[in-house]
Amino acid sequence: MKRTTMKYKVSQFLMFAGPAAILFCAVVLIPFVYGFYLTFTSWDGIARSKPFVAFANYAAAFQDGDYWVALGRTAIYTVISVVLVNIVAFLLAYLVTSGVKGQNFFRAGFFIPNLIGGIVLGYVWKFVFNRAFVAIGSALSGGNVASPLSTTGGAMFCLILVTVWQYAGYMMLIYVAGFMSVSADLKEAALIDGATGWQAMKNVTIPLMRSSFVTCIFLSITRCFVIYDVNLSLTKGEPFNSSVMAAMHVYNQAFVYKNYGEGQAEALILFVICAVVGITQVMIGKRGEVEA
Amino acid sequence: MNESEQARKRKKTLHIIFIIILIILFILFIFPFLLVVINVFKTKADITTNPLALVGKHGFTGKNFPKAMDKMDFWKVFGNSAIITISSTILTILVSAMAAFVIVRNNWKACTILFSLMVASMVIPFQVLMVPIVSVYGGIFNILNHRWTLILMHTGFSVSMATFMFHGAIHTNIPLGLEEAAEIDGCTRWQTFWKIVFPLLSPTIATVTIIDAMAFWNDYLLPSLVLGRKELYTIPIATQMFYGTYSTDIGLIMAALLLAMLPILILYLFLQKYIVAGVTSGAVKG
Repeated sequence: MKRTTMKYKVSQFLMFAGPAAILFCAVVLIPFVYGFYLTFTSWDGIARSKPFVAFANYAAAFQDGDYWVALGRTAIYTVISVVLVNIVAFLLAYLVTSGVKGQNFFRAGFFIPNLIGGIVLGYVWKFVFNRAFVAIGSALSGGNVASPLSTTGGAMFCLILVTVWQYAGYMMLIYVAGFMSVSADLKEAALIDGATGWQAMKNVTIPLMRSSFVTCIFLSITRCFVIYDVNLSLTKGEPFNSSVMAAMHVYNQAFVYKNYGEGQAEALILFVICAVVGITQVMIGKRGEVEA
Repeated sequence: MNESEQARKRKKTLHIIFIIILIILFILFIFPFLLVVINVFKTKADITTNPLALVGKHGFTGKNFPKAMDKMDFWKVFGNSAIITISSTILTILVSAMAAFVIVRNNWKACTILFSLMVASMVIPFQVLMVPIVSVYGGIFNILNHRWTLILMHTGFSVSMATFMFHGAIHTNIPLGLEEAAEIDGCTRWQTFWKIVFPLLSPTIATVTIIDAMAFWNDYLLPSLVLGRKELYTIPIATQMFYGTYSTDIGLIMAALLLAMLPILILYLFLQKYIVAGVTSGAVKG
């Protein structure tokens, strides 16, 4: 039959998948491979020539103390944010599925921060911290209170607060879907058997929502780890570069200091971390399937 | 009887407590937005003396809003964002649904390779691709600073995730018998896809539209690298530039921030149900 010929297969594939394949290769695949090549050159961003420097960029990246400090800071920020985002999101989801009046309204309301881009959110919060916090603080204490954004610990605290506020509503929706997927019969059965509300939650509902937890935790880890927009608009890495996250460091290394090769090498290290997180997710997800 | 009444009463008080907690949390959640809204209508001096007051000493001012609109070139910027978001979203959907169709229905090697590469690429953070993209498309081909470049790049980045979602939808929801029937009636594969399969994918099309349109509308990093000319700026870039230029005129900044948020908030007012549903199903499947 006609359908088994090579010509048919090639034309079908190109007709349907051609555009997607070309765009995917042009924007993701080729730049990824080319980026790998760039890490072995000392390109300055302008010149045509890209001198080959072997592993010099990797050596420089490993010796770039600021980068490792930024990575460590990002790790701390990510751990704290992920824990808080998920606790807040879970509680919100519990409250908006408890059957109270207007729960759809609250669901929609808590989601609002996700509609708006990180740049705008960062500037909105910058105003809140610099002006409203200062006004409230000064009124309460009677003296002049400095903005939390102007102290090194404060800037990190602000970033975490904004992150929790930004993502809690989004993760809440996933937990809401999880709560709704647990059948009411099972909870009722547990309650009839004498379980308290908390025991039913701990031993029936939460284990059955396992996939929601896996999804939310990994979504929040991957998002937090490459935070850039809010970092740029809210703190811009200040004060004294104390809030420069890994993604911002990579951006500055490449586009501000014009060390493209070293910046790309540092970006690849970021990629390796993301890949490890991604693979872990797939593995944990698969193990969950077997258990369920 | 007595016991169940007691239980009902307990439930009722519990619900009242829940509602009070929810209202407090809700106010905390929208507090930053409220603060922007009240300060848009105040003078610079009033914002500085008391950002929390509903009305300042100098009273209500309507000047910030039109002034910011003018300085930001709002309608131009809004139009740019709209063109880029709409074109990228449509292109992503067409291209991904087509690719997913051929991948699901044939076990050819090329299909398997393409799909595996797409799935694997989802862990690549944008930071790894930004330098090579600027290097290739700025340095070698010199095609940055065009709207179409950004639209095609947006599509290229989101095609993996969208293909993955369409793949799942076609695999589980489109019966093969339907396609076979269409082909017996004389449809080519191309016709079968557009007349039978594509219309049946509408729930997934809605989900992908919502997720990708929101991502494109709010994206900052990629557009800021691609679009360097002022007349091409999108809303996030214009906001960033505006803040840099007018950061001392806080009333103007408030107006610009509100302007940047309004289009999507207005849209949310009408499409709230669909957006919440789309984001949920997108996140759970992804």
